[in-house]
Amino acid sequence: MPKVTIDGREIEVQKGTTILQAARMLGPDVAPPAMCYYSKLKTSGGYCRTCIVRVTKMNSQNPNPMPKPVASCRTEVMDGMEVVNFTSPEVLEARKGVVEFLLINHPLDCPVCDQAGECHLQDLGYEHGASTTRYDFERREFDKIDIGPYVQLHMTRCILCYRCVKTADQLTDGRVHGVINRGDVAEISTYIQNSIENEFSGNVIDVCPVGALTDKTFRFKSRVWFTKPVDAHRNCTKCSGKVRLWFKGSDVLRVTARKDQWGEVEDWICNDCRFDHKKVSDWNIEGPSPISHHSVISQNHYELVKLKLETGKKLNEVKGKKKESAK
Amino acid sequence: MGKQLLLEHVNVPGIEKLDVYRAHGGYKALEKALRMKPDELVEEVKKSGLRGRGGAGFPTGMKWSFLAKPEGVPRHLVCNADESEPGTFKDRYLMSHLPHLLVEGMIVSSFALGANTSYIYIRGELLYVYHILEKAIAEAYAAGLLGKNILGSGYDLDLYVQPGGGAYICGEETALIESLEGKRGNPRIKPPFPAVAGVWGRPTVVNNVETIAATVPIVNMGGEEYAKIGIGKSTGTKLISACGHINKPGVYEIELGLPVEEFLNSDQYCGGVKNGRKLKAVVAGGSSVPILPADLILTTAKGEPRLMSYESLADGGFQTGTMLGSGGFIVLDETASVVKNLWNFTRFYHHESCGQCSPCREGTGWMEKVLHRIVEGHGKPEDIDLLWDIQSKIDGKTICPLGDAASWPVASAIRHFRAEFEEYIKHPEKIKDVKHYYSVRNQTAPVA
Repeated sequence: MPKVTIDGREIEVQKGTTILQAARMLGPDVAPPAMCYYSKLKTSGGYCRTCIVRVTKMNSQNPNPMPKPVASCRTEVMDGMEVVNFTSPEVLEARKGVVEFLLINHPLDCPVCDQAGECHLQDLGYEHGASTTRYDFERREFDKIDIGPYVQLHMTRCILCYRCVKTADQLTDGRVHGVINRGDVAEISTYIQNSIENEFSGNVIDVCPVGALTDKTFRFKSRVWFTKPVDAHRNCTKCSGKVRLWFKGSDVLRVTARKDQWGEVEDWICNDCRFDHKKVSDWNIEGPSPISHHSVISQNHYELVKLKLETGKKLNEVKGKKKESAK
Repeated sequence: MGKQLLLEHVNVPGIEKLDVYRAHGGYKALEKALRMKPDELVEEVKKSGLRGRGGAGFPTGMKWSFLAKPEGVPRHLVCNADESEPGTFKDRYLMSHLPHLLVEGMIVSSFALGANTSYIYIRGELLYVYHILEKAIAEAYAAGLLGKNILGSGYDLDLYVQPGGGAYICGEETALIESLEGKRGNPRIKPPFPAVAGVWGRPTVVNNVETIAATVPIVNMGGEEYAKIGIGKSTGTKLISACGHINKPGVYEIELGLPVEEFLNSDQYCGGVKNGRKLKAVVAGGSSVPILPADLILTTAKGEPRLMSYESLADGGFQTGTMLGSGGFIVLDETASVVKNLWNFTRFYHHESCGQCSPCREGTGWMEKVLHRIVEGHGKPEDIDLLWDIQSKIDGKTICPLGDAASWPVASAIRHFRAEFEEYIKHPEKIKDVKHYYSVRNQTAPVA
């Protein structure tokens, strides 16, 4: 089994594991951020470039570094590979560039966006972005299109991660939405303005890392940090029925799938569970949900950022000492 | 004029017809190849030292030997005729004048690779060339040069021409394959490389038009003879499409190793800079390679004369060198504006970015907007450093080379012509006097 070293920490993994998966096994303090990769979706990843890392040693036979930074989500580990992520200023700078690119045409309408508070782009911008923008042109806007009664598409916020396209492709048959046009005017759309009517269409809301696809039944009801997540289940003939209810007082405002530490859903849920069962009596309550670090709902959420930077610093110090002693 | 291997009979009237082409030695290579074993052919190409003519210059023989050959899985050869690099028009010329040369090359190469179905993916805008090729292929089928049991050898080959929808990105081999399969032309993430999983997941070789055409003289004269032409690891001849401020723009076949100065000033080739003006800069290999100022294109940084070859043009890396690329030789004279020229290139890359990965999708548009601001006379002093920073954050961080291609011209223009950018920003009133000869949207007519 190949052994890989990421930021000075070694791990042995199954053949075929990507660098990102190996880093996630090591823990959140070395795992690169990912906006488009989704472990539950085949062929996802590679587009957003936020997870780029530098391979400083290819493998045990070939000690040369890879010439370019690579997308860790699509690069498989090899035995003896050495990777730098948070310890490399070059990688951090490149990632900062990617975050800037993702943000230059983003509307930054967080105050009126339903995703705010659980938005991966907010987290990414806070953890890896610059505090100001150098972009002083008009931002890109798209015309609004209606894609059905449940899902609200707000294309202007989209970062084109392709997750929703892959979800529709792999979860359902007869995908009716996809990417049209090219370059910086490429957009997610249904051709031509079909509404998405499908038992599992609601899952695109959960996979969307930003506020481009949101729940119409939850629109402007509450900020997410005012709602309390509770795990619950029901007997559903279509899906596992394991969901997360978001309470405000005693009302269920929203139903979503359960998400893990990395913000990925654990089980896909059907539209019945998501949109049509919003009474407490519909559900068997299991208890309060553990809250992932990817949520401002959890207190001291940004403590982890400090931890990551400190780990990097420490490792750099160790390296420096080694170099000095070598001299 | 040096040795003409590809364009020798280009001026023969009716050479696009099969009988005329055969009368001038056409399909001799095919007859010879069919008597050989496929592996021997691959060996000949390896010996010839032929390198990919599409831009990257990867050794063709090596590329062919990487082709996976699993039992019972068909293999494919795809010809990349999606020539859309600004400044490059050699493949169009070759295909429209010598369609049978490409068809013969396709049959020879397909036989060497063991492919029974091959494709020519042609750029959508070249529809008239598509019809020329279709006609040539129909003639070849009728003469038994394509189809079942070619010339009684027992080898079968079907050859199809597929026009694209007109996207620059479909010249990238994996995007080309996606488009050929009928999908959106987005580059794939590699690995797997096309040699393992290409068209419909089958092992595939994608080669440029000129590369495939070059296999014909290689088979005719033998790999070793071919390797004697040229210089060092740049063997054979190369088609160069010259344009810009020169007296004789056009497509020229040169022996690799020809001095740049001779190519530029000799009456056999470009015939010197137009109107007796001084040379300012040259983009030596199509719009995406770094632009070089006059002194660096004629001699290397070490003071040696620069030659038209893969190595000599790349001498000095990107600091003082450039690339042979696809052979689009764009000449700018002293009256031309590097900044406006760059803006035009950047507009192109912005328009052609596929939008798949974020640095290229957002960065190309940003660079275009900043450059547009500069050429319109509203540039800010910090814009130059901003441009430099944007390009450095695109370069090498994208899925396919389009991101690199968009950032290299910007980097090289700033590296060698920073003063001109500063001039634009400091004295916007002078800009109106600068001419540029490209048709640009929203542009006023150049001052006569």
